[in-house]
Amino acid sequence: MRNVAVVGVGETAFGEHWEKSLRALAVEAGIAAIRDANIEGADIEAMYIGNMSAGKFIGQEHLAALAVDQAGLVGIPSSRLEAACASGSLAFRQACLAVASGEYDIVIAAGAEKMTDLQTEDVTTTLMGAGDQEWEGWLGMTFPGLYALMARRHMYEYNTTREQMALFSVNGHKNAALNPKAQFPFEITVEDVLNSPLVADPLRLLDCSPVSDGAAAVIIASEDAAKRFENPIWLIGSGQATDNLALHDRKSLTSLRATKIAAKKAYEQAGISPEKIDVAEVHDCFSINGLIALEDLGFCERGKSGKFVEDGNIERGAAVSINTSGGLKAKGHPVGATGISQIIEIVKQLRGECGKRQVPAEFGLTHNVGGTGATVVVNIFGKELKERWV
Amino acid sequence: MFGIVGWGAYVPRYRIKTEEIARVWGKDPKTISKGLGIVEKSVPDLDEDTITISVEAARNALARAGIDPKDIGSVYIGSESHPYVVKPSGTVVAQALGCTPELMVADLEFACKAGTAGMQIVLAQVMAGMVKYGLAIGADTSQGRPGDALEYSAAAGGAAFIIGPKPAVVIEDTYSYTTDTPDFWRREGQDYPKHGARFTGKPAYFKHVINATYGLLEKVGRDVSEYDYVVFHMPNAKFPIKAMKHFKIPKEKYLPGLVVTKIGNCYSGSSLLGLSAVLDIAEPEQKILLTSFGSGAGSDSFSLLVKDKILDVQNKAPKTRDYIEKNKEYIDYGMYVKLRKKLKI
Repeated sequence: MRNVAVVGVGETAFGEHWEKSLRALAVEAGIAAIRDANIEGADIEAMYIGNMSAGKFIGQEHLAALAVDQAGLVGIPSSRLEAACASGSLAFRQACLAVASGEYDIVIAAGAEKMTDLQTEDVTTTLMGAGDQEWEGWLGMTFPGLYALMARRHMYEYNTTREQMALFSVNGHKNAALNPKAQFPFEITVEDVLNSPLVADPLRLLDCSPVSDGAAAVIIASEDAAKRFENPIWLIGSGQATDNLALHDRKSLTSLRATKIAAKKAYEQAGISPEKIDVAEVHDCFSINGLIALEDLGFCERGKSGKFVEDGNIERGAAVSINTSGGLKAKGHPVGATGISQIIEIVKQLRGECGKRQVPAEFGLTHNVGGTGATVVVNIFGKELKERWV
Repeated sequence: MFGIVGWGAYVPRYRIKTEEIARVWGKDPKTISKGLGIVEKSVPDLDEDTITISVEAARNALARAGIDPKDIGSVYIGSESHPYVVKPSGTVVAQALGCTPELMVADLEFACKAGTAGMQIVLAQVMAGMVKYGLAIGADTSQGRPGDALEYSAAAGGAAFIIGPKPAVVIEDTYSYTTDTPDFWRREGQDYPKHGARFTGKPAYFKHVINATYGLLEKVGRDVSEYDYVVFHMPNAKFPIKAMKHFKIPKEKYLPGLVVTKIGNCYSGSSLLGLSAVLDIAEPEQKILLTSFGSGAGSDSFSLLVKDKILDVQNKAPKTRDYIEKNKEYIDYGMYVKLRKKLKI
């Protein structure tokens, strides 16, 4: 297999794009990535697009064809990948595998979602399609409800506090305030979180990622092709894993097995340990999932994530800078686009292009979760490609 | 020179507190009250509807205008809760006021702005010489589905304006801004409206209110700071205050017209009750800016200049704030369910 690198990135702002359709958002992100890479459309040999539920959100299926058509790239192979909120990362991984295999030299991987055309209750129902419809959805479960169960159990097993969970959202907003692409570019306090409306006890509104529209795209190149680009960022480790779809079938409610499997694979490939990671984008669809990610990715011990956050270890420039983009909570969470957007933040951090939210970084990690953890993708990126990592 | 020769308001006396509605639905009353800026809302009695509210408000307008009802050549009632789907509210109101039979009547609907649409129609008729005086009314007994966010705001009330020559308040100019924007609707046969939740904000209310206001200011060649009072449509208190901040309008210029905090959103009557409250206290030579908003969507903006004559008519009928503050009676959710006929067995 060949090495691959990200050589171009582009994304829309995340938020409520009342006047832009899914296709407009996807094309905007794609053109931005092509311009960033300084290539032409004709250089792209294949397209991969991650999207969770355009069929339910806007009544549009066959997205791979739509995207390639709207991009003016008709003729090349195009595939849509779906794994709920991890759809974007699946598109990225398939694109990378295709390049690594030797089939293509330059491909585009994108993610897009248009969620605000539906009313909130319909969005909640659609998102519940990421769970087990027969055993969870039809019994009245919602995603805030499922993650609330995980939060309750984490509080019970490890004495994790409400305040510690709130601090995860506070950190995201602090970073989002410096990100012009963020849906909520402003700071919040722990009190704001604790006083926000109750969604599913113990989770409150400001523990939850929002309903968002947005798209993101990256250009991926093979090692040989990447050498002609200015600032390639190398994918040095990647893992994808699965777990039982329904929460009640899992051995633990306080750890995502798929994260651990995917992370182990990614760390092994990269040949580095969690301590080497300088900056990470983790999947905080709900604040509790951010805490669980810190444990499963090895940034802190099991059950110690609350204290880890409380001690300031996830702030910019601390032990590991977590969600410098703002994360799902504050940057926004257009589900299919999220995985690609996380990769873009890490690529920009490693390139040193993050302005006021820039942190010193040699290695970066992305962690993208589908559902309550039935699919997880972990990627590790490095500034340089050196033998010592292998 | 044409404008308002008489105005009148009416608000039903029943009130239900935001916290009482929140209690029933298990919501935090403080969060809702603070979020919407509504402490309580008006509730119509069993025998009150758009027609009775219109008659009360129009009688007050007639008392101020001091004209012969027979000189009113047209009556337009804007409402989204006309009691009949077929059969006009306007004929009942015109007959009750003594304006019939030589007049033009039609009912109007444009969500929350049909009242100001009526004002534009009668102003045009008066300017064209088709009628001597015209009566425009905005009134509603608005509907909010039990448990919906609208239930905290949907209220009842209305205001009436007689437009003609030698006015107490000159209508200097008017400007409308309209687009196809599906933010809120109620289909035939449906009891309650549906809304696009957050879509009702930026692309609907704010876009239209702000653009209509800019359009009017450009048309009359004035800066917004030259106005002494400003009234925007009030679906809640949060939206108009945010729009006022956009135009850097100080509190003292908009609080007198911000009636929503105590009576809720009277839909077609909302911005007009705000205007009515301002006219009750306005002084000669003061300038008033009014911008309505109706879902669907559009805004009508008006530039008004108060004349000396206003001092002669202000005290000839009950004031808007009297209806809002005095003689009110609080009801619980059970009574509210009965009065609004929400109980279907």
